[in-house]
Amino acid sequence: MDEKFRKQYERWQDAADQTNERFPERKEQFTNHSGIEIDRLYLPDEQGQTNDYTENIGFPGQFPFTRGIQPSMYRNRFWTMRQYAGFGSAEETNERFRYLLDQGQTGLSVAFDLPTQIGYDSDDFMSEGEVGKVGVAIDSLKDMEILLDSIPLDRVSTSMTINAPASVLLCMYIAVAEKQGVPKEKITGTIQNDILKEYIARGTYIYPPKPSMRLITNIFEYCAQEIPKFNTISISGYHIREAGSTAVQEVAFTLANGKAYVDAALESGLEIDQFAPRLAFFFNAHNNFFEETAKFRAARRIWARLMKDKYQAQNEKSLRLRFHTQTGGSTLTAQQPDNNVVRVALQALSAVLGGTQSLHTNSRDEALALPTEESARIALRTQQIIAHESGVADTVDPLAGSYYVEEMTDQIEKEVMDYIDRIEEMGGAVQAVEEGYMQREIHQTAYETQKKIESKEDIIVGLNEFQLEEEVHEDLLRVDDALEKQQVEKTQQVRKERDQSTVDSKLNNLKQAAQDETINVMPYILECVQSYATVGEICHTLRDEFGEYTGV
Amino acid sequence: MDRKIRVLIAKPGLDGHDRGALVIAQALRDHGIEVIYTGLRQSPAQIAQAAIQEDVDVVGLSSLSGGHKTLFPRVVEALKERNAEDIPVIGGGVIPDEDIAYLEEQGVQKVFTPGTPTTETVDFIKSTVRGEDDE
Repeated sequence: MDEKFRKQYERWQDAADQTNERFPERKEQFTNHSGIEIDRLYLPDEQGQTNDYTENIGFPGQFPFTRGIQPSMYRNRFWTMRQYAGFGSAEETNERFRYLLDQGQTGLSVAFDLPTQIGYDSDDFMSEGEVGKVGVAIDSLKDMEILLDSIPLDRVSTSMTINAPASVLLCMYIAVAEKQGVPKEKITGTIQNDILKEYIARGTYIYPPKPSMRLITNIFEYCAQEIPKFNTISISGYHIREAGSTAVQEVAFTLANGKAYVDAALESGLEIDQFAPRLAFFFNAHNNFFEETAKFRAARRIWARLMKDKYQAQNEKSLRLRFHTQTGGSTLTAQQPDNNVVRVALQALSAVLGGTQSLHTNSRDEALALPTEESARIALRTQQIIAHESGVADTVDPLAGSYYVEEMTDQIEKEVMDYIDRIEEMGGAVQAVEEGYMQREIHQTAYETQKKIESKEDIIVGLNEFQLEEEVHEDLLRVDDALEKQQVEKTQQVRKERDQSTVDSKLNNLKQAAQDETINVMPYILECVQSYATVGEICHTLRDEFGEYTGV
Repeated sequence: MDRKIRVLIAKPGLDGHDRGALVIAQALRDHGIEVIYTGLRQSPAQIAQAAIQEDVDVVGLSSLSGGHKTLFPRVVEALKERNAEDIPVIGGGVIPDEDIAYLEEQGVQKVFTPGTPTTETVDFIKSTVRGEDDE
């Protein structure tokens, strides 16, 4: 055995044994239907134990993490099945959450409506027509209490898709946990908190880049001290891909953004190993199966190398790229929507073979509306079938060593690094975003994709080939238009019942704190939230100090 | 020669999904149409104002957030209030079939749902404005 290979092997063996002591493998012995035993890990033979293997691929749970971040991956525990949900009122969404937990879902993921995401209360004139539409409407702590009612926050981890007002919603989550008697150092979950991709692709920005980056580093610092188990950011390629990018651009722009957050935190005086272990990532899974799997493997390796070589992180946890995956919304067709179940299954499989930590599978009807309960259940069942029936989770990184997948992984890494270097030359991701560079690159790809579909160079089943006379789709989920009025009334009631002078003084304290760049605003926001100041009031206070971003 | 057809592509409400709006804008330009894109987060009043100021022939709205039933008719109304109801309003996005009849009743000329080839939208605009088909 090659000496370096042997050392890595032994180290992996020890790590796997230790992990298995804490989390025993799912089965004592894994076998397939023919009775053949499945090993934890398959390795190259003597000839394959070259420097290339030990340097570029390595063992799972070891640098450069090409084969995954855990020594035994899904042999211990499956990925977290985390379906993004939320619509209408806090009451309705709480009911959907409890339904999903009953059905075997293992983590929550909150979708907020657009007014909440952009820092407007439901009764703001800007919110008209949008309240409760794409997610749940949250105005004050009162709504958050209802949303999380009877959900044990010491045991359930919650992911919140919230960016510009991430600090506010995180404080609300902390406040509810404390009311439930759960100390804040025990809560687990993720806030998206990734403002750069909002400027690039998703559109729910509020403040300009500079104060937004300050809010983000404030959160990093606060969480490192107060809620060490919370993921402080989910650096997202998902929306970049949905906006039209290629897989390479998705990884490149995401990791370039990741570097920008790291640079900002270092500049504010934090140490790399203080915050890097709590950075999380979020990727998309589209249809090109092997390309997607290779993409996930490449992303892990690139990040590990950046963190080790460029940022000299010492803590091994800082090197591990942990990620959530969602299947590709823009790949779903409004035509013959049941076909989407198959697309989602393939995409989900690519994410599992790529070593994802958690997964959201889209519902078949999402090109038409928000999913019905039945569609959401099929989407969850798709993950459960992959986990429990397909056997793909019985060994670690089964595609490693495939000539095709390894070559694709290398090539994606190379092309991603070319982009990252180019962005670096432009002055980094913040600069590139402000100049509209990524936006233009993505838009160009989106337009080319559309042309390929229209010329039938790309075939989309049921859309430009194999079409049917379409029937009208019934049974879509509708958000009741009366909801907006009820939510407005609820929030106005909260305003009446709270102690206004406390709210005013807390908001004023926040205003003062915002003016001094050296102050961390998090404790001030927490006090505002606890006094039942609303998302809109808090965000308006900060708008007055920070200004608003208006696009490139 | 006639002047070029001018179209305002607008994103009403708070929706940030602009892939569709940008792709349509580019496709219209490639077919010889002048396009003014408003950017995100435009109120119905701002959209109507821009349509008049830019002297456009058609207003195209895009929404993927489910707010279309409120926001699209508001744009039609806002144009009417400014005596510009002769500017046809068309729309697209994630819009369930059953909402289309309602939107048409409210004065939206045509709704394009996901998967519509851009050429179909181009042809519709050209025939609406000039009674002609694609070149």
